[in-house]
Amino acid sequence: MSDAFASSPTARTNEPPLLEVEDLQTSFIVGEGQDVRAVDGVSFVVKGGETLAIVGESGSGKSVTSLSIMRLLPKKIGRISRGTIRLRGKDLVGLPEGEMRAIRGNDIGMIFQEPMTSLNPVHTIGTQIAEVVMQHSKLGKKQAHQRAIEMLELVGIPEPVRRASQYPHEMSGGMRQRAMIAMALSCEPSVLIADEPTTALDVTIQAQILDLMRNLQAKMGMAIVFITHDLGVVAEMADRVVVMYAGQVVETGTVAEIFTKPLMPYTSGLMQSIPRMGEYEEKTRLQTIPGYVPLLTKLPGGCRFRTRCAFAEDRCAAAEPPLEVLDSGRSVRCVRWRELDLKTKATA
Amino acid sequence: MTETSFPTPVAPSDALLDVRHLKKYFPIRGGVLSRVVTNVKAVDDVSFSIRRGEVVGLVGESGSGKTTVGRTILRLGEPTSGVIDFDGADISKLSKPAMRRYRKRMQIVFQDPYASLNPREKIRTVLGHALAVHNIGTSADREDRIVAMLEQVGLSGDYLDRFPHEFSGGQRQRIGIARALAVEPDFIVADEPVSALDVSIQAQVVNLLEDLKDKFSLTMLFIAHDLAVVEHISDRVIVMYLGRIMEIAPTRTLYRNPNHPYTKALLSAVPNPDITARKDRIILKGDIPSPINPPSGCVFRTRCPIAIADCAKVVPVPVEVSPAHFSACIRTAPQPAYGQLAAQDMP
Repeated sequence: MSDAFASSPTARTNEPPLLEVEDLQTSFIVGEGQDVRAVDGVSFVVKGGETLAIVGESGSGKSVTSLSIMRLLPKKIGRISRGTIRLRGKDLVGLPEGEMRAIRGNDIGMIFQEPMTSLNPVHTIGTQIAEVVMQHSKLGKKQAHQRAIEMLELVGIPEPVRRASQYPHEMSGGMRQRAMIAMALSCEPSVLIADEPTTALDVTIQAQILDLMRNLQAKMGMAIVFITHDLGVVAEMADRVVVMYAGQVVETGTVAEIFTKPLMPYTSGLMQSIPRMGEYEEKTRLQTIPGYVPLLTKLPGGCRFRTRCAFAEDRCAAAEPPLEVLDSGRSVRCVRWRELDLKTKATA
Repeated sequence: MTETSFPTPVAPSDALLDVRHLKKYFPIRGGVLSRVVTNVKAVDDVSFSIRRGEVVGLVGESGSGKTTVGRTILRLGEPTSGVIDFDGADISKLSKPAMRRYRKRMQIVFQDPYASLNPREKIRTVLGHALAVHNIGTSADREDRIVAMLEQVGLSGDYLDRFPHEFSGGQRQRIGIARALAVEPDFIVADEPVSALDVSIQAQVVNLLEDLKDKFSLTMLFIAHDLAVVEHISDRVIVMYLGRIMEIAPTRTLYRNPNHPYTKALLSAVPNPDITARKDRIILKGDIPSPINPPSGCVFRTRCPIAIADCAKVVPVPVEVSPAHFSACIRTAPQPAYGQLAAQDMP
């Protein structure tokens, strides 16, 4: 399996890339010894300080990819069945749980869509952040609590001293998300994985959180892996984009490449199916991608998108297309990409 | 208290639905006697109308009261006060049996069709119930009607004997739409009908709703938090915040020329998928206040970038700033009585 960003600048130097996922395959047991590959041969590189967006619909494998990196897959049913995940050259896949625990928080922080699932309801926000700080540093209780208050202030929570003594349920959704960001960044990780961090928030609160993430990145320099289904958020946040479909990477590129000239019909289909604000003189029909995302247990042979693709031909069914890496460094999984001139917007 | 009625740009005879001064308060009880301690003012003095064949979008963030408006006008919750005029008759105080006649004409499509479909019932039964409740057709020809309805929403008649869990989210939403339309209503409240769906499926369902609207001459209140979807489907749009209407305008006017500072902030907060058109963003400070204890005067003032001291004193009156375009803001929509009020308040 080829490295999707083989010709990227970091790859040319001797220093290993910050985070390198290569040929990752994550399998789940779905009953009676049957396995499905929720993530099937995914490769990408995250460079220091950049924002990489992983975009896809439900069942694309984008969240399972992030849980695999964190080694937080549900025990017994989920496992990494192939591939490597290297942090500055060090493979995390076979790492003992104890060592992995030190990496979580210290080197890689993670925030989720619903902060309540990762915040403990019976401890105050301050205590929870202090605990993370103590686990990963030599700071004592008092200093760790002070650090927690500094972090709450950093993420723009007003009255941080008072807020530190509050419980998660006493906070609004936006405040909780800020508190979770404070916790995830308290040990200054070099990578922050953000899995749909604003999906559950109102749009004015989402704007606050996205702004906060950008400011914190400028201040602290961490790389962000931003997992989302929202192309608007991708356009605002990402430097580079990985598009996933049915467990595979189907296209990668810079945000400008992906949004101005998508090469994979799925990417173009997604862009055409989103309604855009203030663009139309008259009512236009939305373009659609026909059909439904296939179940992982019932994938069509050949290209996984072909049953919904307007450009599918016989050869699309013949074999699974490889992820082709272009000279520019971007990549695409489509046997027809050279012949196609894909649109990004629906036209009247 | 100031009168805050949104004058309707719709001539009464054109209006299928005319809502006047609608209030819906949820009591909060406390203490050993569980007395009403306070009220959540979910909907506080809301007036608007919808003309026949029109799609009106209703947007707002959590706590805005948009869902409560939708449910209350269908009498799925009792209004605290106000008039709900449907096709010339006030239905706000009708008894349950008297309301039944209107239930057939007014239907709802929910956000999560899975929660509103009984998991133990086959699709045949789910849709059959809807017809039986309203005595539509004989039991013999009901099946034909159900199959026809499924086909209308793009599903096959072969699905009759399947259970809800055997369908994808998009298919379940189609079933939810089929159920709402089976009784041939005039008016549909679509409450976040595409919010739970994937982008590629969302577009299918939005197109389907538009087609069905034309085909069956439906009138629709389309409630959503997604401003782009609302722009796409609506003729006019209502913007709510904390139980009150901030602005009402024809869709193009609202999106191109918003008047109210809240509408402006809301529109600018939407992430733009066009990378060539980066824009200045108005980032509102703070959280949406609790509807238990809303700010005095204008409910938006605590987050408003242009609020002044007077905003705490008066509930702004909706003012027509351009044809059929109403805004309730003392700063951007000059208030007729405001000069007098301000003069009185001055020391």
